[in-house]
Amino acid sequence: MTLNLNTHSTPPLPSWQRICGLADILPGLGVCALVDGRQIAVFHVAGQVYALGNRDPFTGADVISRGLTGSYRSGEAEERPKVASPLLKHAFDLETGQALDHADMTLPTYPARVEGGEVWIGLVD
Amino acid sequence: MPQPQNQPVISSAPAHPPRIVVIGNGMVGHRLVEQMQSQANGAGLQITVICEESRLAYDRVHLSSHFDDPAPDLALATAEGYGESGVQVVYGKAEVVDTAQKTVQVNDQTITYDALVFATGSFPFVPPIPGKDAPGCFVYRTLDDLEQIRDAARGVKSGVVIGGGLLGLEAAGALQKLGLTTHVVEFAPQLMPAQLDPEGGQTLRRTIEDMGIGVHVGKSTSEVTLSDSGRVSGLAFADGSTLEADLVVFSAGIRPRDELARACGLALGERGGIVIDDTCRTSAPDVYAVGECALHDGRIYGLVAPGYGMAKVAAANILHGLGLHGLNLCDGPATFTGADLSTKLKLLGVEVGSFGDARGITEGCRTVSLSDNVRGTYSKLVLSADGLRVLGGLLVGDTARYNDLLDLALSGTPLTVPPETLIVPPLPGGAALPAPTNALICSCENVRADAVCAAIGDGARDIKALKSCTGAGTGCGGCVPSLHGLLQSELRRLGETVSNHLCEHFAYSRQELFDLIRVRGYRAWDEVLSAHGTGLGCEVCKPAVGSILSSLHGEYVLKPQHAPLQDTNDAFLANIQKNGTYSVMPRVPGGEITADGLIAIGEVARRYSLYCKITGGQRIDLLGAQRDDLPAIWAELIAAGFESGHAYGKSLRTIKSCVGSAWCRYGVQDSTTLAIRLELRYRGLRSPHKLKSGVSGCTRECAEARSKDFGIIATEAGWNLYVGGNGGVTPKHALLLAEGLDEPTLTRTVDRYLMFYIRTADRLQRTSAWLEGLEGGLEYLRGVIMDDSLGLCADLDAAMDQHALSYEDEWAAALADPATPARFRTFVNADTRDTGLQWVEERGQLRPAFAHEMTQGLTPLPMAGGDD
Repeated sequence: MTLNLNTHSTPPLPSWQRICGLADILPGLGVCALVDGRQIAVFHVAGQVYALGNRDPFTGADVISRGLTGSYRSGEAEERPKVASPLLKHAFDLETGQALDHADMTLPTYPARVEGGEVWIGLVD
Repeated sequence: MPQPQNQPVISSAPAHPPRIVVIGNGMVGHRLVEQMQSQANGAGLQITVICEESRLAYDRVHLSSHFDDPAPDLALATAEGYGESGVQVVYGKAEVVDTAQKTVQVNDQTITYDALVFATGSFPFVPPIPGKDAPGCFVYRTLDDLEQIRDAARGVKSGVVIGGGLLGLEAAGALQKLGLTTHVVEFAPQLMPAQLDPEGGQTLRRTIEDMGIGVHVGKSTSEVTLSDSGRVSGLAFADGSTLEADLVVFSAGIRPRDELARACGLALGERGGIVIDDTCRTSAPDVYAVGECALHDGRIYGLVAPGYGMAKVAAANILHGLGLHGLNLCDGPATFTGADLSTKLKLLGVEVGSFGDARGITEGCRTVSLSDNVRGTYSKLVLSADGLRVLGGLLVGDTARYNDLLDLALSGTPLTVPPETLIVPPLPGGAALPAPTNALICSCENVRADAVCAAIGDGARDIKALKSCTGAGTGCGGCVPSLHGLLQSELRRLGETVSNHLCEHFAYSRQELFDLIRVRGYRAWDEVLSAHGTGLGCEVCKPAVGSILSSLHGEYVLKPQHAPLQDTNDAFLANIQKNGTYSVMPRVPGGEITADGLIAIGEVARRYSLYCKITGGQRIDLLGAQRDDLPAIWAELIAAGFESGHAYGKSLRTIKSCVGSAWCRYGVQDSTTLAIRLELRYRGLRSPHKLKSGVSGCTRECAEARSKDFGIIATEAGWNLYVGGNGGVTPKHALLLAEGLDEPTLTRTVDRYLMFYIRTADRLQRTSAWLEGLEGGLEYLRGVIMDDSLGLCADLDAAMDQHALSYEDEWAAALADPATPARFRTFVNADTRDTGLQWVEERGQLRPAFAHEMTQGLTPLPMAGGDD
């Protein structure tokens, strides 16, 4: 990503919040965090953490954190991480939130990082 | 001011409730009253019914059952029922109608109406032949007619019915029930000429003659002959022949009762009948006609179903005309546009069905028929000129497939199988027929098999491609296994190599993977993935491997190395529902439960505000549990002696049973005890798909065992074992595997059947599809598990014994697991509960709010699975 330094307003910086210890999320699984009244699904997959909206847009239920994770390959592209909603098994790219079979559906995503064994999520308002 | 909900809107306020007079209280007249009441939805109506017979409406269709012992109550309307709902009954004959003054005269009483309905019905046609009015001649229309026939039948020997149509055969049945030697005379060269073709008539005739009824077709009756005393002695025919009979019943058709309508100037048809338009209005304002007295589009309907159709339409239009906008009204007038005359009935015990263009009058149509003089059945399909669509058909002697065929005719669905297979009776042993239709594969997106096959023909080679080009499987996903099966069979048909790889991460079928895991002794996902898979896995292969590991080793599924493999249902040991909450279902082996058990379940449900539903598998489902309540709910259920019912797993669900010989006067074996023993043996057994079972204590089959993956039916000689049945999307009857087994043999056979299925079936393949795909089918299966043709039996037996020994209640294991409290918290960083859930109270319980009831609009899709 490149920053355009000529714009008169700088992009708002996320405010970071500690969610839990990395050890609280079994590898391959997700948990749900409540951050400022928002439900955020946080996954620990292949050494990375990902944070997305917890609401499944296909059913309106707050269930994404309970989805099975895995990976997918689209054409010749590299293997990418995904999560499948536990309700009707619609799958989403863990990094971008993009629904795999429905171009017009995405989950909101949030910056996430691990520091000193702690999981942090950044929120931009 | 807003109108109160559920109340009809009254456009102007009259001084009195609208007055509606119905002349006639037959089946259709009564239905009209009911329709007006239900459609008016509580608005005040002043309904007056004029009833000529001494009885209120009764079921004329089953008139002959009046002679059964005990005689059923044929009444449709009662004085109390009418009284309670404010309907006034006037017994008598309406004499004069004044359509200008809007009055009806009956018994010197003048009744004013705002709307008037003729429901006067019909009278039996009696041909004008000499002797027709002699003592001993009757018609067959009312209960009074039947009483008279009964009186006359005392002390006489024989009776003859003139008319071999529907009603005539009914009347013949009535005479036979009275013990008379019975004959039927028909003018046409066959019985039921209005419905059947000659071959069908011939089949029916043979069957009826076998019952001892004389059938005389092609006979024109010229005279009722009389004895010296002036009583009926028989019939004389135009061809000079005669027939002796002591009693004659005319059933030669009906004529509309239109004399009152004629007198008051309503438009009639040339051959009678009160002319009505599509809204059931007659030629006079606010006057309607329904049923057999009405002439619609040049036609009088002598069947009850079209009459009921008219009653519904007339009721809507009457209310509308009176300014009452009943709830059932859509925009514009309701219309009657003719009726489908398809019928299925039982005459003299013979099943007769006729649907669509049964007599083949469509130009260029073709037919396929099967006449079976041995069974006494006749089936005919009328097909379109290209032979691809069913236009209509006839069934005599066996109408089991009536509904399927009627559906084909009405939907016009192109056939995917040769038409003759649709009328061939099932093979002995119940081997399934090919799917009769261009089956509906995906009901969410309304995609049928031919669309899927076309997409495969156009190059779609996997489920993903089929989803994107047909839309099938993108709704609830419940059809994906059918889609997969269709893809495989179609590819095979096209001569292509069929890939049955589990998913993109494993180039193995489930069976191959099962063998690899078993032979190499893997015990965890990471080992399997690194040795045989690619990537990170997915929602398909992870639960499949989890299930295989569980089938092989029986370890607690929420151990850290197994937990990430489990679908949410297995991960939370409960069934996820559409709003993300779970349902909890304790095991109730064989459906047997104590009063204390019921009370304990009820108390748990009350404490946690759970919605209760009795399932089809004889258990109790508790819905709406939040994940953080699950451990506490289990603890309480366990304390009351319950355990997990595994309703969430691809595993044995329930073994349904009847009460069997313990209670039932028909029971020949103790089905409940067997069901409990089997359920306790196989509980917790993880399998490629869910497993259901049933045990019936006699051949009446109250436990519906033949719709189960394995079903057991008791006989005097032992247990009969059926395998490969299921309900659901593609219902299948289970096939008989073995007969007359004792309990140890039965249990061993089921052990092997289940283990062999678990080892060799594809993921999400139910036993029926697995059995169909098994080369050699049932015979092969019998060889493997009963004759040990593969030398596998000792291994299969050991595997099942191991399962039974290592079983543990997963709820108890979860409660003992120190990781459970953290895993079942709703939020990893807060102790609050989920506040996003919205509930609606309905019939005394809570259910999830529908999208339109929520404060935020959502568009939920239907759910698959989550059942018992």
